[in-house]
Amino acid sequence: MVSFLRCSDREIRQLTNIYTPDCLICVDPTLARSVDIFSGLKPGGTLVQATNKPLAEVALSPNVATVGLCDAIGIALDIFRKPITNTLMLGAFARTTGVVSLEALKRSLEDSDFRDAGLKQNLLALERGYHETTVHTIERRVAA
Amino acid sequence: MRHTAYPMFNLKQADVPDDLSPVATEMSPMLPGDWRSMRPVVNRDKCVKCAVCWLYCPVQCVEEKPAWFDFNLKTCKGCGICANECPQRAITMVPEAA
Amino acid sequence: MTTATLEAAQQTKPAKQKVMLVEGNEAAALGVALARPDMVAVYPITPQSSLVEHVAKLIADGKMDADIVDAEGEHSVLSVLQGGALAGARTYTATCGPGLAFMFEPYFRTSGMRLPIVMSIVTRDGITPQSVWGGHQDAMTVREVGWVQVYCETVQEVLDTTIMAFKIAEHHDVMLPVNVCLDGNYLSYGTSRVELPNQEDVDAFMGVKDVNWHVALDPLRPMAVDPLTGGSGGKGPSTFVRYRKGQCRGMQNSLRVIEEVHAEWAQRFGRSFAPLVEEYRMDGADYAIMTLGSMTGAAKDAIDEARDAGKNVGLIKIKTFSPFPVEALLKSFAKIQALGVVDRSVGFRWNCGPMYQETMGVLYRLGRHIPSMSFIGGLAGADITVGHFHRVIEATEQLMSGPAPTEPVWLNEKD
Repeated sequence: MVSFLRCSDREIRQLTNIYTPDCLICVDPTLARSVDIFSGLKPGGTLVQATNKPLAEVALSPNVATVGLCDAIGIALDIFRKPITNTLMLGAFARTTGVVSLEALKRSLEDSDFRDAGLKQNLLALERGYHETTVHTIERRVAA
Repeated sequence: MRHTAYPMFNLKQADVPDDLSPVATEMSPMLPGDWRSMRPVVNRDKCVKCAVCWLYCPVQCVEEKPAWFDFNLKTCKGCGICANECPQRAITMVPEAA
Repeated sequence: MTTATLEAAQQTKPAKQKVMLVEGNEAAALGVALARPDMVAVYPITPQSSLVEHVAKLIADGKMDADIVDAEGEHSVLSVLQGGALAGARTYTATCGPGLAFMFEPYFRTSGMRLPIVMSIVTRDGITPQSVWGGHQDAMTVREVGWVQVYCETVQEVLDTTIMAFKIAEHHDVMLPVNVCLDGNYLSYGTSRVELPNQEDVDAFMGVKDVNWHVALDPLRPMAVDPLTGGSGGKGPSTFVRYRKGQCRGMQNSLRVIEEVHAEWAQRFGRSFAPLVEEYRMDGADYAIMTLGSMTGAAKDAIDEARDAGKNVGLIKIKTFSPFPVEALLKSFAKIQALGVVDRSVGFRWNCGPMYQETMGVLYRLGRHIPSMSFIGGLAGADITVGHFHRVIEATEQLMSGPAPTEPVWLNEKD
């Protein structure tokens, strides 16, 4: 299941799927085994991956330049008792790319329909997703 | 309680164009009872006011009388359903011309 | 509306509007709530389902004061609304695809009875081959039934047009039911930023409700509604012809009324949309492509890129599809030497897109011959991307120097 987000200061007009993303968010640690998630990723692209493996054990494509790793499944089981990683990955995305700030995400969560325990848990998930993501920059040696 | 008839909608008076929604406001003066080849006659002694004829009449011409049901001949079209349905066989269809 | 009130609207700046992030279906529901219908009848069908769910929730939460009828099927949905409209209610529903097919019998009668019902069509492709995704086939199939049909490009336009639709439908010179078409999936489930007009401003815009001044099921105004009508031989000139001509007159009047309503909307709410036909970068264009609905966004991006590369190409977008905006199109066609038309549905009888087929009728009136061709894309939820539009632009450009294809180009054939 794929979903698409466009983010811009100018008016966004095209409503098609995104075929050449700048950034990939993969909420499942095992998906890359059966699906080519990197198809179309632009050179210098970013991957935000839910995984408990270290960088060396994460499969990447040559176009990946920035990687954010977060053990979203583990933290989700801790907070929600279920492997629902959505809000955690939002925090990880904010940390890895800086496209949106943690404060803005928390404000919009408070504006949403979440209340009481659900709101508290998701706010915590944003925080932990943000703070427990390690960001790596990949150096590519270009052949002379 | 008698129903009071309101005057038919007058498009000109209401300033409604006559090519907008198709409505009819001139009722034809013809009634179902204007022509008929047979008419129903009820045997008042046999009638028990079970109202089956009233229920089945397709033009609702059956009227309640003190001890029997009778037919409004302005509206009755002589179809004979009442005679066919009456459980007491109290209704007979007789030729209209007679 | 009176000159005094329009002038007043011109003086006032649009009041600050709430900014929200909503999907097209929710935008339509919010528009409906602002228009204050008396009665809605609903039945869910993908990709419209969340629209009627939002409407039901707005009513349940007390944010919309309408009677809601949860009918057992779309045929009953529209039949129930016909009764409501005849009783004087402002009415609304939404459907698409098989649901629209199921309500075809009352759909056909609604326009003949001149009932100002507003219906959103969350356009969906024809269901065989089996598909639940976006296309225009459903709305196209019913284009010849006497409903006004408008197509929206953005989620904001969906919200605004849904409100405007009631005013257009209930205008005394129109009195026709209106379809507001929004692309299934792209607009229905695509989330965008919108500005929500204030209720008081919408109330002032809508004016006094007067839905059944011309036909009613009302004991105080007895009349026979839609009696049996022969084509000829009755008392006086043909009644049937009189009413059909009246319907055609209403359709032609709607072109002017749609323009007026859009102009008033722009003044009151600060947002303007081309009411009949939009021209994008048509100044100095040698040739143009034509689009309908949300595909236009990607088309505009492609036009910008083509213009940057030195091509003199423009874009024409139709908003009001029924009645077909012949005069407005003739004005746009007068500027160009070639035309490519992109349809999101299929015209089986002409082996081309339906919008292309109708465009050929307009080209006939142009007075000079310009080459044109048909593109069919975006069926059953397939994307018409910026890349596809570049193919459209290139092929249309070649019409000016080479032979015009007689077969349509199926854009997603190899995808």
